[in-house]
Amino acid sequence: MKAATDKNSLFDAKIRAEIDHWIAKYPPDWKQGACMAALRIVQDANGGWLSNELMDDVASYLDMPPIAVYEVATFYSMYELKPVGKHKVCVCTNVSCMLNGCDRIVEHLEGRLGIKFGEVTEDGRFSLKEVECLGACGGAPMLQIGNKYYENLTPDLVDSILDGLE
Amino acid sequence: MANEVCFRTLHRDRSWTLDVYESEGGYEALKKVLAGDWSPAEVVDLVKRSGLRGRGGAGFPTGIKWSFISRDMPGDKYIVCNSDEGEPGTFKDRDILRYNPHALIEGMIIAGYVIDAVAGYNYIRGEFWEPYERFEAALDEARQAGYLGKDILGSGYDYDLHTHLGAGAYICGEETALLESIEGKKGQPRFKPPFPAQFGLFGRPTIINNTESLASIPDILRQGADWFRELGVENSGGSKLFSVSGNVNRPGNFEVPLGTPFAELLEMAGGVTKGRKLKAVIPGGSSAPVIPGDQMMDLNMDYDSIQNAGSMLGSGAVIVMDDSNCMVKVLDRMSYFYHEESCGQCTPCREGTGWLYRVVHRIETGRGRQEDLALLDDVAARIAGRTICALGDAAAMPVQGMLKHYRDEFQYHIDHKKCMVGAGG
Repeated sequence: MKAATDKNSLFDAKIRAEIDHWIAKYPPDWKQGACMAALRIVQDANGGWLSNELMDDVASYLDMPPIAVYEVATFYSMYELKPVGKHKVCVCTNVSCMLNGCDRIVEHLEGRLGIKFGEVTEDGRFSLKEVECLGACGGAPMLQIGNKYYENLTPDLVDSILDGLE
Repeated sequence: MANEVCFRTLHRDRSWTLDVYESEGGYEALKKVLAGDWSPAEVVDLVKRSGLRGRGGAGFPTGIKWSFISRDMPGDKYIVCNSDEGEPGTFKDRDILRYNPHALIEGMIIAGYVIDAVAGYNYIRGEFWEPYERFEAALDEARQAGYLGKDILGSGYDYDLHTHLGAGAYICGEETALLESIEGKKGQPRFKPPFPAQFGLFGRPTIINNTESLASIPDILRQGADWFRELGVENSGGSKLFSVSGNVNRPGNFEVPLGTPFAELLEMAGGVTKGRKLKAVIPGGSSAPVIPGDQMMDLNMDYDSIQNAGSMLGSGAVIVMDDSNCMVKVLDRMSYFYHEESCGQCTPCREGTGWLYRVVHRIETGRGRQEDLALLDDVAARIAGRTICALGDAAAMPVQGMLKHYRDEFQYHIDHKKCMVGAGG
C-alpha cells in the first residue's frame, strides 16, 4: 500500500470530484461505501476496464487495503479486469430472453462481429458478454450497450443498433 | 381494477415528475404524518392492518418488520430500499423507479420518520442506469420542495435519501448481502440473527424493504389500511405488480388485486403466443417451482393459492411457457444461473449448484446417465435448508419442481439422447 500518497495525484480533478460526490453519501467513517462507485468511475474513464494500478489507486484514495478493493472488483460482474471493446455488448440469455429467441440474437451477433462471448473484435470496437437477467424481461430478448437497454430485438434491429454506434 | 397503487399515476404524461405526483395526491400522506395526524406507532399499525407483505419475494408482513425498531432506540438508524431487482423474470421495480419514483421517495421518508432514521439508501442495480437517473432527478425535486433535508416541512425532522448503485450480482438482492454491498464490500450474506433490525447497515438498526412495498405506503395511508387490504383477499392484502414474460403476446407489468385469477392475468398479457397451448408457468420468479399449465389455469394469484399448489408467489414474476419448450433446456439455463450467481460462501450452495448445473447440462446435451435423476434429487435435497441465505433453496427448488412435474421429459432425454418436444412426443 502506498504510504501517505498525495490523493490529488491519484486521479484527475473531474474523477476526484465524482468520487467525492459518492463519498459524501456515507458516514465519515464509512468512506469505503464509495468503493463500488469509484471503481465504476475509474473503469469508465479507462476505456471500460480496471488495471491493478487503478484498483490500487482506488484503495489509496479511499484508505482501504488493496485486497478489499480487489475483492469488490472480482465479485461483481460489471467490473472488467482486462480490456474490452469500445462497445461492450451485454446480451441476456436468461429464461425469458431464451423463451423469446435470444439464441438467434447471439448467433447473429457472433456472426456479424466474428467473435464469441468473452472476446473482443480485432479492431477493438466491440466485445461480447453473456449476462444474467437484466430485469427487462417484458422486452425480451434484450441487450445492453453502455448505459442503454435495447429491447424486443430482432437480427435487423441488432444491425441498426450496431450501425448507429460510433 | 388495475393500477391503483404503485402504478396509480401512470396514465398521466410525465408521470415521474413532482407536479404530476402532487396533483394526484402525492406527499399528502407525508404531510399528515409530519403534522401528527397519526403518531409513528399509528402508522406502523396502519401498515400492519393493510395486510401489506414484502413484495420482493419473501412476503414477510411489512408492518411487523417496521415494529421491530422503536424510534426511541438511541443512535443512528437507517432505511434501506432494495431496488436490486435480479430475480429472473422480474421487471416491476424498474418501472416504479422510471414512472413513479416519488411514491417510493414518499414511502421512504415516511418509513424514516416512523423510526426516526438519519438517512435512507436506495440500492439500485448497476445496470439500471435510466431508472437511476430518473430516481436521482426525483430526489432533486423532492429536496427542492423541502421533502428531504433539514427540518422537513418545518417538522424539525432531518433526513436525506441517497442512491447506491450495484455492479452486477444477483446475491445482492438478499437483504444482508445488500447491506454488505452498500458498505463497499463483496455481497456475501450475513448470518442471521442478528437481523438487520438489530445489526443492519453500518452495524445500526435498519429497516430494509422492497421498492414496491415502500412505494405502496403513501396510498395505504392516504386511502386507508382497510381500502388497501380489501383490494386483495384473505392473507394477501392489496394489489400486486405482476411481471408477465415468456411466451405471451403482450408481456409487461400488470398491477392487479391479489387473488386475481391467473387466467385473467394471462388474458391481460394477450394470451399465449401464436395461439399455442400453455405448457407451464413459473409463478414467482425463476426460484419458484414450476406449475403445469392446466393446474395454473385454475389458480388465483395470491400467496396462499400459489403456496398450496406447491410453489410461491415470490416477486410476482410470471414466466409463461408454451408447448414448444423443452423443460430440460429451461432447467439447464436456470441451473447455470444459480451456479454462476452463488456467492461461494457456503459449501452446499457453492459446490451443489455446480453439481446441479453439470448434471442437468449433460442430460440436455445427450450425455445423461440413468442414475442422474436420483442424483439431482439427492443434491437438491442436500443444498436446501443448509445454507446461510435462500440462494441455495432458490437453486434447489426449480430442480425439484421440474423433476416433480416433468420427470418423463428428463428420462426421455437420458434414454434417447434427444428431446421429447423436438421428437414430437
